[in-house]
Amino acid sequence: MIVTVDNLTHAFGDRPVLRGLSFQVARGASYGLLGPNGCGKSTLFRILTTLLPPQSGTATIDGAPLSGRSSAVRRKLGVIFQSSTLDQRLSVEENLLAHGHLYGLSGPSLRDRTRTLMEDFDLLDRRADRVSLLSGGFRRRVEIARALIHEPPVLLMDEASSGLDPAARRSLWLQLHRLREQRGLTILFTTHLMDEAENATTLLLLSEGRALAEDAPEALKARVGGDVVLFHPAPGIPPETLAAEISAAFNRPAFASGPEVRVETPNGHRFLAEAMETLPGRIHAAQLHRPTLEDVFVRLAGHPLEEHVDA
Amino acid sequence: MLNLFLLATSAVWRREIFHFWRERSRVLGFVGSPLIFWLVIGSGFGDLARFFSGALLMSVMFTAVFATMSVIEDRREGFLLAMLASPAPRCSIVIGKVLGGATMAAVQGLLFLVCLPLTGTPLPLSALPGAAFGLALTGVAFTSMGFWLAWRSKTPQGFHALMNIVLMPLWMVSGALFAHDTAHPWMRALMSVNPLTYFHAILQRTLLPASTTPAPGLSPSIAITAAAGLFFLTAAIYAVERRPQGSAA
Repeated sequence: MIVTVDNLTHAFGDRPVLRGLSFQVARGASYGLLGPNGCGKSTLFRILTTLLPPQSGTATIDGAPLSGRSSAVRRKLGVIFQSSTLDQRLSVEENLLAHGHLYGLSGPSLRDRTRTLMEDFDLLDRRADRVSLLSGGFRRRVEIARALIHEPPVLLMDEASSGLDPAARRSLWLQLHRLREQRGLTILFTTHLMDEAENATTLLLLSEGRALAEDAPEALKARVGGDVVLFHPAPGIPPETLAAEISAAFNRPAFASGPEVRVETPNGHRFLAEAMETLPGRIHAAQLHRPTLEDVFVRLAGHPLEEHVDA
Repeated sequence: MLNLFLLATSAVWRREIFHFWRERSRVLGFVGSPLIFWLVIGSGFGDLARFFSGALLMSVMFTAVFATMSVIEDRREGFLLAMLASPAPRCSIVIGKVLGGATMAAVQGLLFLVCLPLTGTPLPLSALPGAAFGLALTGVAFTSMGFWLAWRSKTPQGFHALMNIVLMPLWMVSGALFAHDTAHPWMRALMSVNPLTYFHAILQRTLLPASTTPAPGLSPSIAITAAAGLFFLTAAIYAVERRPQGSAA
């Protein structure tokens, strides 16, 4: 296990943020931490990057304990922060070189390494361009290349694709998976987006500083029985009322979740039709889908991944 | 470890110089505003020479202190954050930044010296090494002070306000505007405990040896400036080493 986290607890004042969190990451894995904003993943990220000392509990990165010399841990990590930490006024190449110095690299070995990374990440054409002139997707590529300059065994990413459009996000992840396969890189990432979480080989669902479940994304989705059917009540009917009516009529659990009523059932298409027939005039709209990670999260946490006001 | 310290320090220093060089407007602004102060106040008093060292001190002060302003945002979501997560010792961030600020302050001060002959005082080439040393030393003291205050500030606006409240008054009672000897006794007392009085005296002593306005001696001024620089540098390093980043969720 290349990353181990054992019973990590952290509080800001009397507000607990992490409550005894434990997990382990296998070498070469793409390990995702999925949870809504405020679930503790950013705090966990700051602790693992040694920017925040742990209050209780332990963790190791490639054998280096967080309680030991932080420089030993830092050498094992490539870190991608949520917002860009590139120097906007330096060129692509200058950013890579400056970062190399911070990890004790210099001379021909640093120049060779920089060149190799610029080739791998398709940055050679723009090596002399200032970072401020690059697009968001390009900057993320520079940032990942830079994080790998000292060949760390673990890449730690906090909401790495925030601000990227779907196409840029897809190509970013293609590159990340290639790195995993070719170099055995371990990726530990946090996200609040379920489609990004699909990139995990193992996913940990986090809510209020606790682990809800850990498994491969497909296995997590298989935990939800069959299909998910959502009903929007007719105007004037509270979702709670409709949920109770559906529960009573079909003798199966139905939950009000936000403005909707949620039912998990095999053969969702039949259930949907029956519910519309049985409760005429009570349902405004209905929707059917295969379980998503969002459904898994709602089922385990009892609340949605993203609040409706969330951007 | 020493190698890493040197590499990281020089990387930060070089970054400061690159930034400075690539922002010509900043270069002009920092030379320009003391130049205007000097011309207006100096001409107003009818004595450009008298006020030259004061304007020079202001140029060093602006350049050095405002070079540290970027620290405030940089450490939360910029290059500094990446540095804080790297194995480079944190003191190399401070020292690289301080040396960068001091270099720029010295370079701008030397550029400003081109104006000295306008006051009727010749600019002897032999005085340049001493002047460069004085400017660099003053620059280190100012940048260290700026870094320490910037690290403690939450917003650039707060830092700016602090600078206006603290630095400008200190500058005014440093001997830059009026001489120590002619001042009221309570002002004289204030001036003797103001570190900027000694920063100013170094510039005055090295550049205007024939100056009629008496100032503290060169050796005590160098000693006090170096001590002040060391004090603020230590305070800045202590602040950076101690404070855990991002104590909020």
